[in-house]
Amino acid sequence: MKYFCGIDIGASSTKLVLIDENGQIVAKSIRRSGVNYAEASERCLEEALSAAQVDRSQIAASLSTGYGRDNVPWSDGKRTEIACHGKGAYHYVRDRLTVIDIGAQDSKLIHLDEQGNRINFKMNRKCAAGTGAFLEEIALRLDLPVDRLNGLAENATKDVSLGSFCTVFAATEVLSLIRQGETVENIAKGAFHSVVKRIIEMGAADGQLVMTGGVAAHNPLLVQMVGKAFGQDVFVPPHAQFVGAFGAALFAREESEETG
Amino acid sequence: MSTATEKKVERKEFQSTGKMKAVMGKYFTELTQGPEQGKKTAWCTSVGPAELLRALGFNVFFPENHGAMLGASRMATDLIPLANAKGFSPDICSYLTSDIGSYLKGESPLQKMKLPGPPKADVLVFNTNQCRDVKDWFQFYAREWDVPCLGIHSPVGELSEPMIEDVAKQTEALVEPLEEVAGVKLDIDKLREIIDLSRQCTMLWKQVLESAAHRPAPITFFDGTIQMGPAVVLRGTQDAVDYYKLLVDELNQRVANDEAAVEGERFRIYWEGMPIWGKLRDLSTQFMQLQTCVVASTYCNSWIFEDLDPADPFRSMARAYGSIFICRSDDFKELYLQEMFEKFQIDGIVYHDAKTCPNNSNCRYQLPQRLAERTGKPYLIINGDLNDLRLYSEEQTRTNIEAFVEQLAGT
Ligand code: SF4
Repeated sequence: MKYFCGIDIGASSTKLVLIDENGQIVAKSIRRSGVNYAEASERCLEEALSAAQVDRSQIAASLSTGYGRDNVPWSDGKRTEIACHGKGAYHYVRDRLTVIDIGAQDSKLIHLDEQGNRINFKMNRKCAAGTGAFLEEIALRLDLPVDRLNGLAENATKDVSLGSFCTVFAATEVLSLIRQGETVENIAKGAFHSVVKRIIEMGAADGQLVMTGGVAAHNPLLVQMVGKAFGQDVFVPPHAQFVGAFGAALFAREESEETG
Repeated sequence: MSTATEKKVERKEFQSTGKMKAVMGKYFTELTQGPEQGKKTAWCTSVGPAELLRALGFNVFFPENHGAMLGASRMATDLIPLANAKGFSPDICSYLTSDIGSYLKGESPLQKMKLPGPPKADVLVFNTNQCRDVKDWFQFYAREWDVPCLGIHSPVGELSEPMIEDVAKQTEALVEPLEEVAGVKLDIDKLREIIDLSRQCTMLWKQVLESAAHRPAPITFFDGTIQMGPAVVLRGTQDAVDYYKLLVDELNQRVANDEAAVEGERFRIYWEGMPIWGKLRDLSTQFMQLQTCVVASTYCNSWIFEDLDPADPFRSMARAYGSIFICRSDDFKELYLQEMFEKFQIDGIVYHDAKTCPNNSNCRYQLPQRLAERTGKPYLIINGDLNDLRLYSEEQTRTNIEAFVEQLAGT
């Protein structure tokens, strides 16, 4: 059996996926990207290989994506995260679709046609608004681990809004809400609202709406809120945080087939 | 498994560039030595009445060109905050804030050429055809040095004969106060001669840019931003005309030999918006690695003034300077761009939204969307700035461009 490897080195975490010739995921691994991308990618690879009981020599091709896509010493090729998230999402939908990927440091909106060809895409502007980094900052202000936001927001009793574009300003808004005695639950939901607003500003949905990335994977309420804002159901693929790496692995398989 | 490294690429230099450096060096030397030789200096906006100023014997200095040099040398990054601290908003034109920062600190890229900084103006002459920021910019210096600041207030939108008449009259009305500063009377034949040279320069510059219609293109937008120096600061002089004759010859040679500016040219891009001066080299390298040639731009084409006519100096200047892209209606812009896409056989368009230039880029009312619908050509919008690199995200831009080229390649 031959295997294909996709690795997505994001600003915050590195995700790796191993697939077999049929495109089935046989192993995946994730760790913090840290400051040494080559090392993070090596560790991720070793972990996935041992989990799948696969030998390195059985990897026919690999491809890297994400901010660190140029820093993987053993990768055979690279694609942007725009291409890989699109590829990974299309694998499940096989129809006209819009991918919304909320990453740690940026968000993207990608439109693909019925055949999976990209029509256009957009990345958020330079700042952290509408990204995972925004939620981390707000969690920090609330003195909470970021993974508790979803559970709290689900128990919100009213809508509070954070009006500012700027993450730092939004964080100060949080402070004033705390001062006014607003509940943590309501503030957490307010933070989700803020992310949703930044997402809908990026563009319209066209076809099936798909959400990928760690933020979507861990925050079902946020996904629901995005769906409501666009007025349609959202599909979250399995292993949503790994869709970029999965797309990269699919590209690796495709290219290796093309070159024989 | 092997390494996914970038191909090493080198920008192909033009043989003529040595000559250009000499011509530009001579211009800056004469300009900075002017005051001690008793020559008067006029500061002029890039599309101001430079021909008239030359005809009156002024040395002409273009602060926007200085702004671009501050951007390209990345000195702007340290200088803009100085102007911000003095009350110039970080959201206004970063040519203005870089240039005023440079004045406040007494540092200029001209010093790297072993020249003193820009000469003090005896008069400042603006045309608001591009924006009103230039007037505010010039008025700062007028207050600082207690010198006159004169100008033309141009209409925006479609040009009509009464508008041209009005701008021609405004230009003529400048003659008297300018004669006073210059201490000479205007010789109309001299003005005609300079307009003739300016037109020759313009037509040659047009030939330079249009050579990129050839596949593969012999010149890129990034080359153009350097090669345009003489067209910007020396129009109306024989030096500019002579230089572009040389460059046109070299380009004809490249075309005849199918010599590509970007080796293995796969895709052809149109650049709409200001250059990102501090990142020209990086962007040029990235596009070369992607085997994608930015073949044409609105920016470089903005120095083509075909309407100049020595037989009708004032009205033809009014017409030429009133027809620049930036002050036209969206209908005109749309048609113009569509023609450019066809002429240069464009595969895609990159729009640069420069944060601090409201007139050049932050004024798009769905134009990219309309054009994409009409032409079927995909586009990418990148956020950045002409000079203020605090507003530029390296990673985002790099990824955006790479993803756009992937899209053109169908992956
Ligand atoms: S057109 Fe834009 S870049 Fe040029 S001077 Fe005006 S504001 Fe500045």
